[in-house]
Amino acid sequence: MAELKGWKELPLGAVVLEPGSSAEYITGTWRSRRPVRDEEKCTHCMICWVYCPDSAVIVKDGKVQGFDYDHCKGCGICAHECPVKVEAHAVTGKPGKVIQMVEEV
Amino acid sequence: MAKQIVKALDGAKAVAEAMRQIEPDVVAAYPITPQTEIVQTFSQFVADGLVNTEFIPVESEHAAMSACIGASAAGARVMTATAANGLALMWETLYIAASLRLPIVMSVVNRALSAPLNIHCDHSDSMGARDAGWIQIFAENPQEAYDNTIQAIRIAEHPDILLPVMSMQDGFITGHGVERVEVLEDKAVKEFVGEYKALYSLLDIDQPKTFGAWAFYDYYFEFKRQQTEALSKVPQVVREIGKEYGELSGRYYDLFSAYELDDAEVAIVVLASTAGTARVVVRKLRQEGIKVGLLKPRLYRPFPGKELVEALKHVKVIGVMDRSIAFGSIEGCGPLFLDLCASFYTYGNGKGPQIVDYIFGLGGRDILPEQIEGMVKELLRIAETGKVPYRVGYLGLRE
Ligand code: SF4
Ligand code: SF4
Repeated sequence: MAELKGWKELPLGAVVLEPGSSAEYITGTWRSRRPVRDEEKCTHCMICWVYCPDSAVIVKDGKVQGFDYDHCKGCGICAHECPVKVEAHAVTGKPGKVIQMVEEV
Repeated sequence: MAKQIVKALDGAKAVAEAMRQIEPDVVAAYPITPQTEIVQTFSQFVADGLVNTEFIPVESEHAAMSACIGASAAGARVMTATAANGLALMWETLYIAASLRLPIVMSVVNRALSAPLNIHCDHSDSMGARDAGWIQIFAENPQEAYDNTIQAIRIAEHPDILLPVMSMQDGFITGHGVERVEVLEDKAVKEFVGEYKALYSLLDIDQPKTFGAWAFYDYYFEFKRQQTEALSKVPQVVREIGKEYGELSGRYYDLFSAYELDDAEVAIVVLASTAGTARVVVRKLRQEGIKVGLLKPRLYRPFPGKELVEALKHVKVIGVMDRSIAFGSIEGCGPLFLDLCASFYTYGNGKGPQIVDYIFGLGGRDILPEQIEGMVKELLRIAETGKVPYRVGYLGLRE
């Protein structure tokens, strides 16, 4: 994280002067569980991307690339909404969905 | 000195008249007794095309202050008015207006808070909001209510300040009491308040801003310190603007006004309209040779503690008159007493007069000259004997 500023340096009224600067605010540290995806079995339906409240599903050229763990808060909504089922998840080995939640370590 | 017109106005109409002359960009307000007359009169000005103000009729006071905040963040000059339970309903948004550093000016026509339901004057409404980060100024009469409204714009918008101002007058006593008011010409008021250019504006689409984002334990504290810093500069600015306004109108304003205080042995400290009654008592007692003086604070938040200690430190006994109770504070005292005691402890070098508090006038209970006279006699007895019979007393209360 950037160097914290003193009270004399800050804009009045906590007004944020730089658009889009929330990307610099790392909120991924709040996470206690993290989503993991079975890349092979993902159909790129984009449901997880639509539902993620933190824009933490990374998409490039119409394909899901993975998660932005600097901002993913581990809410589990993507794992809940993912419509594609697997018998054995590539990461967890467990039956369930393409996205599954694992303990943060 | 600018030309002035003498009008017969009550305090509410005097404020509406000032608002017409200031012609803010936006007024968002909800009517509540005894403030209704301000909003009603002003909305008539809007309907008659006398002002070019966007008037937003809202569904509650919470909505009123919220709309004011949005408009002020957009860069508009914004005014509103309220009283009592309406002010209480604004609670959350009062803090937001101050914290976002939005120079909104709000007229408060002081009225008792429920329960029991009461529409008459006391100061429990604005006193409850004294820690919200607003500047608070009390007026004694319709003339001061008019003058303070105009000065409040300049105080709020001063680049060193940028904080909202609450401009008070006593409900009914001042708000509905018609008096002689000297009114400046429209042009003079417009020139005095000038044009408002917001430091940051939500409508500045070339440089987008975010208002009301969060700050956690990493930054919140620093923003609170900034607010305290801005408030610490208020007394100086209030003085400067009070002087400039004096040069314009012939009516000079300071942080407080003193009457017969220089050689006083005992002093009365009281806010707003009651200072008028107390002045009559002081004048009468002075003719009898009694050394009593009066101090009427004008600026209440930030509390000008240092200046009040300087003005009062020579007296033997101070009788503070509080028109509200700071419930649960020492001995059930009022807020003015608390602030004055704290000021003497902080700035008085360990010395100071005896200070006794008198709660009076709750829910609009009349305060009579004889009662104030009785209080002064009691202060004189304390000065003579050194014995304080009680720390908090009541004037005009039935046992
Ligand atoms: S919801 Fe599931 S299947 Fe659809 S794109 Fe996301 S991970 Fe892939
Ligand atoms: S766990 Fe929540 S925040 Fe993280 S990627 Fe999934 S939906 Fe987004």
